[in-house]
Amino acid sequence: MNKTVFVGVVALAGMSASVAAAGLVDEVKTRGKLNCGVATGVPGFAAPDANGEWQGFDVAVCRAVAAAVLDDPTAVEFVPTTGKTRFTALASGEIDMLARNTTWTFSRDVDLKFDFVGVNYYDGQGFLVRKDLGVSSAKELDGATICIQTGTTTELNLADFFRINNMSYEPVPIETNAEGQQQYLAGACDSYTTDASGLAATRATFEDAAEHVILPEIISKEPLGPLVRHGDNEWADVVRWTLNALIAAEELGVTSANVAELAAAPGNNPEINRLLGTEGTLGEMLGLPADWAVKAISVAGNYGEIFEKNIGETTPIGLARGLNAQWTSGGLLYAPPFR
Amino acid sequence: MVDIHFVRKSMIEEQEPPAATTGVAGWIRENLFSSPLNAVLSILSIGFIVYVLSALLPWAISPTWAATSLGECREILAGHEGACWGVIRERWLQLLFGFYPKELYWRVVLDFALLIVAVAPVLFTGLPRKMLYFSAIYPFLMPWLLWGGSVWNPIAAALGFVLGYFAHKLAKPALGGLAAVILAFVVPIIWWMVLSGPVVDALGSVLPLAMETVQSRNFGGFMLSITIGVVAIAISLPIGILLALGRQSNLFIVRSLSVGFIEFIRGVPLITLLFVASTLLNIFMPPGTDFDIILRVIIMVTLFASAYMAEVVRGGLAALPKGQYEAADALGLDFWMSQRLIIMPQALKISIPGIVSTFIGVFKDTTLVSIIGLLDPIGLSTSIRADQAWNGVVWELYGFIALMFFIFCFSMSRYSMFLERKLQTGHR
Repeated sequence: MNKTVFVGVVALAGMSASVAAAGLVDEVKTRGKLNCGVATGVPGFAAPDANGEWQGFDVAVCRAVAAAVLDDPTAVEFVPTTGKTRFTALASGEIDMLARNTTWTFSRDVDLKFDFVGVNYYDGQGFLVRKDLGVSSAKELDGATICIQTGTTTELNLADFFRINNMSYEPVPIETNAEGQQQYLAGACDSYTTDASGLAATRATFEDAAEHVILPEIISKEPLGPLVRHGDNEWADVVRWTLNALIAAEELGVTSANVAELAAAPGNNPEINRLLGTEGTLGEMLGLPADWAVKAISVAGNYGEIFEKNIGETTPIGLARGLNAQWTSGGLLYAPPFR
Repeated sequence: MVDIHFVRKSMIEEQEPPAATTGVAGWIRENLFSSPLNAVLSILSIGFIVYVLSALLPWAISPTWAATSLGECREILAGHEGACWGVIRERWLQLLFGFYPKELYWRVVLDFALLIVAVAPVLFTGLPRKMLYFSAIYPFLMPWLLWGGSVWNPIAAALGFVLGYFAHKLAKPALGGLAAVILAFVVPIIWWMVLSGPVVDALGSVLPLAMETVQSRNFGGFMLSITIGVVAIAISLPIGILLALGRQSNLFIVRSLSVGFIEFIRGVPLITLLFVASTLLNIFMPPGTDFDIILRVIIMVTLFASAYMAEVVRGGLAALPKGQYEAADALGLDFWMSQRLIIMPQALKISIPGIVSTFIGVFKDTTLVSIIGLLDPIGLSTSIRADQAWNGVVWELYGFIALMFFIFCFSMSRYSMFLERKLQTGHR
């Protein structure tokens, strides 16, 4: 501990300003650990289990990157961040990447100087109401009281939506999702609004889930994705193409079950060969071993497998693929070619 | 002539007091129904307590201990209202120890058990005085047990204090009092900042005595709260005393610095200081610097507690009659001796209730760290609810956390009352 104090004090004196001169890819490799910012707890996306192991859809992205760069999916230091601390944690270098269902917006990308490397979940804001309220569309919510998390994009979307439709509402500000659930169940608000994935997870916990409906309107675009700092494009490439590898693997039919077999020898699909490093030099271009994507996919499978395991229809959260299906099945997932 | 009607020749046997004034009946009559108003109030209060308990107990006594998810709890309860205690069974270790490695739990338990041993001789004068040596070693032992690492680290840290002591002792006859005090501060700081790092590395390479290191990131739950609380409490008392003395000092610079520090810290909410620790410091420091987040938080909480402690102690100092100071001067004691032998023992005794309530406040304030993403019990309750199996469980988790906090705070406050009685020397 004293050493840490020592390092900290020296750093405060500004004597070691050149620590980060090398690229982040090399820094992570020498450190042997990936510092990955996650949420302190979002159902299905990031949560520690009873053994303290982090699980979830966002966590899987961290593990895939760690596997690709360090060949070890457990070499991740998960840094729990809150909505308030996440951006400073990333900007200050405390974490190497942030995978904390963060919406890709103009100002976050441009003004806060981050690079969103892609989208791992297309979400949108919805409304949860009681069936006996007799409302079938969000446009009938004029004058309703609505529970809304403060300091999030959802708050702004809500104001926009009601202004566009010339309606009024009474906000009931809440701080956390748990508070929102309690307030809504206690009848403090007619409707609870947040990302539709969160609403589905919330509704699934209700004792009388059938008495509650999620209204069909999705009032905002919430593309959630991992992000890195501006200025280190090599590192951004690594994270971006690891995510793309997971998505492309599903499209190409590479799964955790057959990835080892497919990677053993070049097959007759050249794109799979390039992805898995049996042909071409894609890994080398990233500064990673040729089988980097094999390692990333071996951790928990391709995008579809990760989705099904953490938030898919077989889980208690039970989200349908919807927008998050491959482009070939009518969704928005579209990984650029591995060429 | 005296007309005597009756003379008792023998003493009457002692009689039992009337049944209505002894035992349970007597106590009830004395305390609950001594007057009509009292009786009415008693009946109303009892009715209220029964009402609350009749709602609470059926909820709390619920056969859901073995459940593995909220859904299973509901199946067991089959429509009845009831608590879902399965979450506590599954997660209580996590709520106590956070992510500390399971096989190393003994280190945390041992650490806090030793804390009691170390504190005991300070508070109970009846215990053998030699135990105080252990109390002196404990502050260096504690972080080593929690964080692990090389055994030379705590030894090097302790050596700084030893160096400071000798610097003071040797310099005093040669250079005079003020220079000795300054040296006593400067020498250890030079040792810690410049020399101890290489020396520890060298010793470690010669004789590598080390325990498995545990990263601060793995700290969580009550263990984190207690660590932050205990360290802040232990360090803030001496700093607070120094600040209180500094505030009363005649030296202009010392006084201004003390007043400035106290007023600045007290003028800022704790949560602001925590945000400074978690985000601002990161931005000031060069990227890639690893300055332990928990250490940053402990420093901030300690500074915060010290400022409040200083004012509590100043209250104690102000309450002492001036004659005590003059008597100390008349005896020819120097400043530190008069403080140590006459002023402080009395001033601190007066301040005990204030000191302990500051302690309790600091301990409870540690829950604020959940806002900057540290997983203290409150932060962990969010994480636990993010497990879909327990999503929606609220009261059970908060109830458990509240109970644990109550146990700690209540024992602290009982303790302070015990101390006050023990130190009562009859000035009132």
